[in-house]
Amino acid sequence: MKIALFSTCLNDVMFPQAAQATVRLLERLGHTVAFPREQACCGQMHVNTGYYPEAMPMIRNYVSTFEPVLDGEWDIIVAPSASCTGAIRTQHAMVARTQGDEELATRAERVAAKTVDLPELLIDVLGQADVGAYFPHRVTYHTTCHSLRVTRVGDKPLQLLNHVDGMDFVPLPDADVCCGFGGTFSLKNADVSAAMMSDKMGNIKATGAEILVAGDYSCLMNIAGGLSRTRSGIRAMHLAEVLAGTRDEPWVAPATNTKVGA
Amino acid sequence: MLDKLKELGSSIGLNPADWSEQDIEEQKLGWYPGHPTPDDPLRWGRTFPEGARETLQNTQMRRNLGYATGKIRTKRNTRVEELPDWEELREAGSLIKRNTLAHLPELLETFEQKVTERGGIVHWARDAAEANEIAYSIIAAKGVDEVVKVKSMATQEINLNSYLEERGIEAWETDLAEMIVQLSHDMPSHIVVPAIHRNRSEVKAIFEARMEGRPRFATNEPRELAMAARAHLRKKFLSAKVAISGANLGVAETGTLAVYESEGNGRMCLTLPETLITVMGIEKIVPSYRDIEVFSQLLPRSATGERMNPYTSFWTGVTEGDGPQEFHLILLDNGRTNVMKDEVGREALKCIRCAACMNICPVYRVSGGHAYNSVYPGPIGAILTPQLLNATDRKDPATSLPFASTLCGACYDVCPVKINIPEILVHLRHTITEANRGGLPNAWDVAMKGTSSVMSSGKKMERAGNAMKAGRLAAGRDRKIGHIPLPVAKEWTGTRDVPAPPATSFRTWWNDEHEETK
Ligand code: SF4
Repeated sequence: MKIALFSTCLNDVMFPQAAQATVRLLERLGHTVAFPREQACCGQMHVNTGYYPEAMPMIRNYVSTFEPVLDGEWDIIVAPSASCTGAIRTQHAMVARTQGDEELATRAERVAAKTVDLPELLIDVLGQADVGAYFPHRVTYHTTCHSLRVTRVGDKPLQLLNHVDGMDFVPLPDADVCCGFGGTFSLKNADVSAAMMSDKMGNIKATGAEILVAGDYSCLMNIAGGLSRTRSGIRAMHLAEVLAGTRDEPWVAPATNTKVGA
Repeated sequence: MLDKLKELGSSIGLNPADWSEQDIEEQKLGWYPGHPTPDDPLRWGRTFPEGARETLQNTQMRRNLGYATGKIRTKRNTRVEELPDWEELREAGSLIKRNTLAHLPELLETFEQKVTERGGIVHWARDAAEANEIAYSIIAAKGVDEVVKVKSMATQEINLNSYLEERGIEAWETDLAEMIVQLSHDMPSHIVVPAIHRNRSEVKAIFEARMEGRPRFATNEPRELAMAARAHLRKKFLSAKVAISGANLGVAETGTLAVYESEGNGRMCLTLPETLITVMGIEKIVPSYRDIEVFSQLLPRSATGERMNPYTSFWTGVTEGDGPQEFHLILLDNGRTNVMKDEVGREALKCIRCAACMNICPVYRVSGGHAYNSVYPGPIGAILTPQLLNATDRKDPATSLPFASTLCGACYDVCPVKINIPEILVHLRHTITEANRGGLPNAWDVAMKGTSSVMSSGKKMERAGNAMKAGRLAAGRDRKIGHIPLPVAKEWTGTRDVPAPPATSFRTWWNDEHEETK
């Protein structure tokens, strides 16, 4: 399959390991990955903070960058982030329409229909719950709100983790409760955000896991920031990083990257 | 100079003298002091972040809330999961309410006509002041100085109790939790369980200090406390000549009203006194009698996790020789027609006040109802309060409410009438942003404008990615950025470390790896 990767802007500049692992995983499974260079940000932060006109250039850019998917340039677009996928699917057309650009809204809808989160690609499109991954660590999983309630990936990430060889998986209590990030919420309501994050950390620490996994570096950045500040010794990793390696060829993020949490 | 310092300290909650005052008051009372009655129950005066800064410090309250909301959530889930057609019911509830809103004027007229035909007297109130004035004049004409009340959000919204008190009429709340709130001179912090922020020991202390006859309790067992409340209330029920209630729904087709409750106090108020005054928001209408079927399944399960609540009372006008012989219905607008004007926002008027959204909300769970600075807290409050008030000016504290959410979406999934709360939150954020354009831009305007161009171009992102490397200088050898004393970043780094940006952005890495492929 020809798969276009939307790395997301946060992964691009802060957490390249998520996108790198996605590339490795998909190539390992025999697919061709493309990275359309004009891609930038999906505009989620601007939309969620109420700045629709400012988000329009981002929406326009996403649509024009990935529109070739409709002509068969790629089979599908994957983003290793449920919140960005969710924003593309539920907000792009809505914002364009509110701003009076019906033409863009229609195009955005068609491109959005071709945009999936990583677990959706693996399970729904490729039909592959077992990706042959090996990850010999004690792991717990935070479901992330947008994967549960916007893109609705349901238990697909858990199906994937279930097949990972060597892993000691510990369920996270209250996994479906928000970690308190919420984009600009964490700045506008810093105290409440910190309180929510601290509840989340309590649950994570109670699992005794070495590594906290989630499908979105925005939530991970939040929780890992707290785990690091409290010297918990628990690392945060993206689902793709867990799935990327095999027993014969473990995956290690390029040395230029930052480990999160530890 | 010193006074100025103290003043400054107090304004940001950092004056030790204030803490000790509050501690002393708490010691004296035996419970954490309640929230004083505000002039406007929809706008207590502070923004959400300001309110939350105080409530978050109340660790006892956080524990109480965590425990109580957890219990209700579990019960609700059990009772919802056993229904095979829950999603269809939600859809039906949503459509009935949408239909109601689309035909509200006609339905209200039919409703008025039916209530009148059956001997009721209908009054229309544009706002809180009119509603209070109408209620007061009815009570004053009866020459009584006390009334009994059924728990009602509509009367909380208009501050009826205070209005009556100023005019020498005592209004007794008869719902147990509402009574706890009233006795402790507090404000409700939840729309179904108003005293959810209190635990048993606090309730015991409140009863011992404030209940008539100053009872003493050996334990804080709920049964013992409830029996005392029962004895206290029984006297009120038997002597009161006038009762005031709200309504969970009003049926346009028949002029029937309904109250769903758990304790039977409502039934007492609705049947014993000679005169009944009901204050109902105009959006509480349902078109036909059959619609009750849907809401009777949705409401109790969502509110208290019961298949059916213990007491459900229906009444239509007056019935000779049975129940109140004089019935007044006050139909309250108080901003609702303003909400109607907004095509997206008006969905908030579908709300049946079950509180499922606040029970599941992780923001509510840690910050509590008082942080919202309105009688409508939680997710529904965050979209309803600013709309009822038509609040769009950033100086209005109510405009902080739509931002009091992480948009996690849990509220939408539990809402029995499918109000897409996250979507409305974003919509209101947009409305507020637009309404404040043209003035002096704030830090957010600048940041959002400034990043718009970079974040919509691959080339500019590439340059930005390279520039991010500068951040590595701020990080030490451990590649972590701890506390940054810059004003924007401090909210984040006060409680979290930030990893240093990578030496290479993904884009650059890709370019290096895939040079051959363009
Ligand atoms: S918004 Fe929905 S969940 Fe919240 S109180 Fe209203 S009906 Fe219940």
